[in-house]
Amino acid sequence: MIFSDLLEEAFSALTVNKVRSGLTILGIVIGIGSVIAMVAIGQGAQDSIQDSIKSIGSNLIMVRPGFQRGSGGVRSGRGSAQTLTQKDADSIAKEIPLAQSVAPEISRSYQVTAKSKNTNTRTIGTVALYSKIRNIEMETGSFISDQNVRSLSRVAVIGPTTALDLFGEGSNPIGNKIRINRIDFTIIGVTKAKGESGFGSSDDIIYLPISTAQRFLANDDYVSMISIQTENQEEMTMLQEQITELLLRRHNIGDPTLADFSVVNQADIVETASSIAKTFTILLASIAGISLIVGGIGIMNMMLTTVTERTREIGLRKAIGAQKRDISTQFLMESVILTFFGGLIGIILGAGISFAVEKLANISTNISLSSVFLAFCVSAVIGIVFGYYPAKRAAGFNPIEALRYE
Amino acid sequence: MITAKNITKIYKTGVIETHALRNVSFAVEEGEFVAIMGPSGSGKSTLMHIIGVLDNPTSGEYFLDGKNISKLSEKDLADIRKDKIGFVFQSFNLLPRATVLRNVMLPLVYANVDKEERRKIAEKALLDVGLSEDHWLHRSNEISGGQMQRVAIARALVNNPSLILADEPTGNLDTQTGEMVMKTFQQLNIKEKHTIVLITHDQNVANHAKRIIEIRDGVIQKDQKNKKQIIIK
Repeated sequence: MIFSDLLEEAFSALTVNKVRSGLTILGIVIGIGSVIAMVAIGQGAQDSIQDSIKSIGSNLIMVRPGFQRGSGGVRSGRGSAQTLTQKDADSIAKEIPLAQSVAPEISRSYQVTAKSKNTNTRTIGTVALYSKIRNIEMETGSFISDQNVRSLSRVAVIGPTTALDLFGEGSNPIGNKIRINRIDFTIIGVTKAKGESGFGSSDDIIYLPISTAQRFLANDDYVSMISIQTENQEEMTMLQEQITELLLRRHNIGDPTLADFSVVNQADIVETASSIAKTFTILLASIAGISLIVGGIGIMNMMLTTVTERTREIGLRKAIGAQKRDISTQFLMESVILTFFGGLIGIILGAGISFAVEKLANISTNISLSSVFLAFCVSAVIGIVFGYYPAKRAAGFNPIEALRYE
Repeated sequence: MITAKNITKIYKTGVIETHALRNVSFAVEEGEFVAIMGPSGSGKSTLMHIIGVLDNPTSGEYFLDGKNISKLSEKDLADIRKDKIGFVFQSFNLLPRATVLRNVMLPLVYANVDKEERRKIAEKALLDVGLSEDHWLHRSNEISGGQMQRVAIARALVNNPSLILADEPTGNLDTQTGEMVMKTFQQLNIKEKHTIVLITHDQNVANHAKRIIEIRDGVIQKDQKNKKQIIIK
């Protein structure tokens, strides 16, 4: 029996009872549709998490202060300790060739006033390279320059939200002065909106030259974080090790577990967040997958009914020379066609659902090609798995008894 | 063509053994038109199943076209049915959803004949059984019983079988349509030289054949030339 004959036979058998075939594939349609939709929603969540982490910058290693060392006494929280200094940042830049860009920062919140308005926001004292490492783009004006840092300029770059809060909509803040801790700063630039990153808004912020911030606001040379960027992702781990080693040496710490700083690899953060999202996706997909199994059982049920109903036909086919294999492939073909079409309609349904979710619930979704391909394969496999038993049963009929069947 | 030697068939249901056939021997030559006649329970259906290669005898030998097929596997039996035997059943056994033409072409699907050739062969068979072209594209459940049975005969013809085996072919038809079907058989036998074995319980139907084998309780009672053959003009 050639393939086109098999297709023809299967189609003509399935179209005899269109309502039944339609209802049977509904199970597969719902199963595949929900798997596609759930994976799309999960994938969308994963993508948006990754995007927001990557918006901080790419190939980034962040060094933060750890516990204040020393036994006894009152311990402050992790990250609050003053253990990293400007000199640490300088020596990383100087001694580690892999560290291509190094940007120390000092971050603190202040009450900021401009003319009549005031707001409380985070200030970051940093260097010119920071804008490159953290993907900061300018709306107007320019970012802090090396010259600003060297000459302790009292200049500031503000985020769009801060600009809105202090100067209102549509105004151009450049050239205006803001007052932080009784010191006036001239605004030289406004950054482009980045949106919430999940790690604090980078739109409601004020950037200052690090030297100015250390001298006039903090009165010391501790830094709250050092961001280091490298060009290749492959070098990340090695860079991380080198930085740890250098800082341990500089801080005279022998035991790495007692380190008074922490070195965080951005790839690790992405990975952790991704694996959470992935688990979430798998959970959703497997719940949806249960309905696929139920759909498959529906197919098996219908095929068994069909086989019984068509006992005489099977007997006839055997009498005119059909081999067992011809009979079983014919019935298998029917169930595979059912699940195949169920899968096809399910993919369309799933795409529709994820589109609706994206539009109505404003959750980003992503229908990946691989999930569509997988859905196709899964529905074909369901057709084979759940069609196998009925087909085998049909093929096993004794032609004499089958022909006598009433 | 057909040689049956000492064919015995025993059915076992639990401990009870039923002898459906006991040492049945006969031969059918090419071009013959034989009626196997007997009441129900006589073993004629069992004999038909064995002649039709749907079943193996418990003992004895059965030769079809000189080939001993009493010991073949299920797969080989299917091949022999495909190549050498054309079945006609009491209840026609047409596929109701398919057209007349498609029903007739069905055996050729399993014989791997290519599509254009199939149609040609089927059309010729339909003309041979006297079914005109305007019925060919009807669904097989939209035509009359007599026409259905002739479609079934056409289906039995397409693989150019050595033997046409008809099991009560007029059993579901009224007398007049039955006559028409019997005429079709006679013409296939006379004009096309087809070998036909017909199984019936009806003396009148059997009288259309050239030779009648009477069977009762699994044993052949009579096997002789039919002197009173009814020839339908």
